[in-house]
Amino acid sequence: MLAYALKRLAFLAISLVVASLVIFLVVEVAPGDPASYMLGINARPDTVAALRAELGLDLPKHERYLSWLAGMLRGDFGTSYTYRAPVAQMVAERLWVSLPLALYALTLSTLIAFPAGIYAAARRGRAGDMGVMAATQLGIAVPNFWFAMLLVLLFALKLRWFSAGGFPGWETPLLGLKALTLPALALALPQAAILARVMRSSLIDILHEDFIRTARAKGLSRRQALWRHGVRNALIPVLTIIGLQFSFLLAGAIIIEQVFFLPGLGRLIFQAITQRDLIVVESVVMLLVFAVIAVNFLTDLAYAAADPRLRSRT
Amino acid sequence: MTRNLLLGAALTSVFLVAALLSFVWTPYDTGAMAIAERLRPPSAAHLLGTDHFGRDILSMIMVGARTSIAVALVAVGIGMGAGVPLGLAAAARRGGWLDELIMRMNDLIFAFPSLVIAILITAIFGPGATNAIIAIGIFNIPVFARLARGAALPLWKREFVMAARVAGKSAPRISAEHILPNIANLLIVQGTIQFSLGILAEAGLSYVGLGTQPPVPSWGRMLADAQTMVALAPHVAILPGLAIVFMVLGLNLLGDGLRDRFDPKLRSLRA
Amino acid sequence: MSGSVETQSSGAAKALLEIDRLSLSIHGKPIMTDLSLSIAPGEIVALTGESGSGKSMTALAAMGLLPHAARCTGALRLDGTDLLGLSEDRLCGIRGREIGMIFQEPMTALNPVMRIGDQVAETILVHRAMGRAAARARAAEVLARVGLPPERVPPARFPHELSGGQRQRVVIAMAIALRPRLLIADEPTTALDVTTQAQILDLLRDLVRAEGMGLMMITHDLAVVSEMADRIAVMRGGEIVEQGSTRALFAQMRHPYTRQLFDASGHRADLPQARAGAPLLRVAEVTRSYPGPRRALFAPRPGLIAVNGVSFDIRRGERVGLVGESGCGKSTLARAILGLEPVQAGEITLDGQPVLSHGRPDPEVRRRVQVVFQDPYGSFNPRHKVGRLVSEPFHLLPDPPRGAARDRAIAEALTAVGLEPGHAESYIHAFSGGQRQRIAIARALIIRPELVIFDEAVSALDVRVRAQILDLIADLSRQYGLTYLFISHDLSVVRGITDRVLVMRAGEIVEQGPTEAVFDKPGHWYTKSLLAAAPILPRLSGGGDKDAEQPVA
Repeated sequence: MLAYALKRLAFLAISLVVASLVIFLVVEVAPGDPASYMLGINARPDTVAALRAELGLDLPKHERYLSWLAGMLRGDFGTSYTYRAPVAQMVAERLWVSLPLALYALTLSTLIAFPAGIYAAARRGRAGDMGVMAATQLGIAVPNFWFAMLLVLLFALKLRWFSAGGFPGWETPLLGLKALTLPALALALPQAAILARVMRSSLIDILHEDFIRTARAKGLSRRQALWRHGVRNALIPVLTIIGLQFSFLLAGAIIIEQVFFLPGLGRLIFQAITQRDLIVVESVVMLLVFAVIAVNFLTDLAYAAADPRLRSRT
Repeated sequence: MTRNLLLGAALTSVFLVAALLSFVWTPYDTGAMAIAERLRPPSAAHLLGTDHFGRDILSMIMVGARTSIAVALVAVGIGMGAGVPLGLAAAARRGGWLDELIMRMNDLIFAFPSLVIAILITAIFGPGATNAIIAIGIFNIPVFARLARGAALPLWKREFVMAARVAGKSAPRISAEHILPNIANLLIVQGTIQFSLGILAEAGLSYVGLGTQPPVPSWGRMLADAQTMVALAPHVAILPGLAIVFMVLGLNLLGDGLRDRFDPKLRSLRA
Repeated sequence: MSGSVETQSSGAAKALLEIDRLSLSIHGKPIMTDLSLSIAPGEIVALTGESGSGKSMTALAAMGLLPHAARCTGALRLDGTDLLGLSEDRLCGIRGREIGMIFQEPMTALNPVMRIGDQVAETILVHRAMGRAAARARAAEVLARVGLPPERVPPARFPHELSGGQRQRVVIAMAIALRPRLLIADEPTTALDVTTQAQILDLLRDLVRAEGMGLMMITHDLAVVSEMADRIAVMRGGEIVEQGSTRALFAQMRHPYTRQLFDASGHRADLPQARAGAPLLRVAEVTRSYPGPRRALFAPRPGLIAVNGVSFDIRRGERVGLVGESGCGKSTLARAILGLEPVQAGEITLDGQPVLSHGRPDPEVRRRVQVVFQDPYGSFNPRHKVGRLVSEPFHLLPDPPRGAARDRAIAEALTAVGLEPGHAESYIHAFSGGQRQRIAIARALIIRPELVIFDEAVSALDVRVRAQILDLIADLSRQYGLTYLFISHDLSVVRGITDRVLVMRAGEIVEQGPTEAVFDKPGHWYTKSLLAAAPILPRLSGGGDKDAEQPVA
């Protein structure tokens, strides 16, 4: 188990280095000089040069990459070209919206999908299954940001149960949670539809396995066999999808934040793009990629916990 | 179920026909604004009403279908064109360094969700439909590579492939002659799913302004424009969304129907 | 019921299980008709027949685990209670407690993510026979009873940490944990090696005798049946064609089908005299190893040696057998000879030319060796017509025949294996397993190879078809003077079709010599144990060997 974890950890580290290199190089080939962009067209060349030196833009590429990397390891993401504020601080503030949103959505998605998927698998081919399958088919087809608009239309504008957007902060946690409820629901529902389908088909596959027949031969009822032997085995492929979904939710959060005017990473990155604040773009993208890779690492560990065959293999 | 196949094919063809028709005819010119006619509800003159510039929503949806389909189709083409050969090559050299390299590169791309790729590309080259295509297309490559490799691996252990090896055929030739035809169904099914995901992704990117740029009509942009008007004229926000839903639903049903037709045991990778 | 030996075969004893005119259909298609059979306590009744005869369905019917679409008539009484009329709840109470079941494939019959002790304890817990701790203790006891004592195989193990035979012992432990009165075993040893098979059969026999259980044993293997069963029922097409006590049934064989099965099981092909010529294949000190799992992150991988320093020759015209249990390296060796796998040490040459030069197979050499694989269903691309499949090895020729010449060659190859030239236009799914193996042989022979490798080529076939294919191989030997390497785990098959035999164990060849000599006077302990473990058909008064030479319908 430890060897397995170490191997995955080594892979995580390598992935991060390669990803950072890719991001750095892509941003590096970007046309336009941030310094002259910040100072405007009429800036004097020596002012531009001074700013370049201040931002460290005059150093050779590999030195800048290494110092960027070293900075990130210390938690120093550099200074925003536009706001002249530490990127780390800007990102940290926004993360307090985006991360809870993604986790909230992941929780909702799992809570909806598991019962729906298990229910459908247990009644496969019958009316209940058909109903769940039709609902998930529709759920997959709905764009989350449009679904968000419909939620706003119904619950905020017509029923006035929630506000249409904005975020009050976490001073009163319940209010913060309430403000994130509609966005999380909008994010979660399409993902829940996918997850429910994966859960269903994975469970149906397992129910055809020989060991389910063995369980029935021991005297377990259909339901007992499903819960005791089916669900845990079915969970193994479902975990992969949950891991993948986290990255979709995090990225999806960027779009949903636009619908609800939430001050999250999405707002930050779109502002940064329009202002060519590349160091912010670079850092946020790196952060997102880090989150995805880290979650995949955790998924791998969860995988090994769920499947003893993986623990003894490395 | 054949019902899935028929319904899916019907829905998909409606949008395909609408998209093709928009090249030669739309009820109104989508470039023409008529402020006097703005935000009209559906009527005999404007079957689906008008938007905040007084443009005919039906015409906008027809041209939008063209944009969506074109972007998603090219993106799937990129994903298949690059991903399938890579996956087949990885399977042919299973366990070797080439396999390892291809799969690790796949993992790396998977770490950049398509939206993140789009953000990177847009941040550097500016927003636009081409960049949306590249972003969605790059993300499709590992999907097809993994699928092709995963489906090809068990085939390489099958005895008919062994027999072909004993008959002296080269790995690329075996891949083309024996492997590809046997995984084609799976690829087609996945193709329809990636197509539908491409349509959703294009809509999302256009919605946040990273995709198709005005004045070219696109479903995502229509929704973005409608957002502030949602209380005044809900139909402006609801109709383009429904177009997306039906198009995606049609493609998914088509995919499921095809899969059931080819082999009910196949399961697609929808993630 | 203290399983006394006296009750075992007396038909008068009160039946434990009584199947009375049971008929079964699925979607209107009849699967079984008018099946009647009874099993007394302490009795072993074998159900035998070829695949598709309805043996397994009978077992599932007795467990009440038939597919939803199945419709039954007749009666299936356990101690007088008709199981067919019982509610699902009552059946759940009977399964595991009154009837235990053992399955064919021990790997897939166990839940991979659950400890073996817990899986055995579950049988006890689900029937609420005792508390959790007591159930655990009892599970450990039962595991010890079936030969898995806790000090050697702790109940905390997972199924993947066990060998095939050990897994089957776990499955048996689950089935007998509550001392059921009836045990149903569906091909319990088919997936196991011959030495493991003998141990599992011993265990089953011992359990039945000691606990007084009735055992319904389903198997296709007549030799196993003859050694195990008190009574036998022979099934064909969903009907019992003949049943009776083992001795009487083998003595009389009233039904011609029983006779056919018996003859085919012991069949020896009529092989022409060997005429060994110059050496053709030379395998010299060949070693093939795979990188094993890495134990630590940077530690070197321990190698898994599949073939270890193997040397042997095959002369022109020789028919050589290679026997060994699964995992002994025989298939790896076959792939190395075919040039499909590199070797780490040693050399494989054909007429002095290496099969692999610089890691690439030499087409000059490769065209002289062809192969017939085991699985008649997996060895053909389902999308190609038979003509194209058969002519695939033409690819190896620098100047392959085209047009009419190609068609003539295909027709000739198909005719040689007993098929019609017209079959070239059909797709493979139209053919039965035996016909497919004929097509595979036609494909191997079409370019007239100097050496043919039969890799478990008859192992997946039913006995009667197997006998026909063996006859075909003997026939082709006579016509074309074939040289071949016949790989099999089945000693009796190898005995009838080869002149010389190599016995392989754990990657090494432990014994070789003329087939009859090795089988009659084995030198190595391993060969001896293999031969001792192999179940044998009873010798009939007329002499089994002579009977076996009769043509098979």
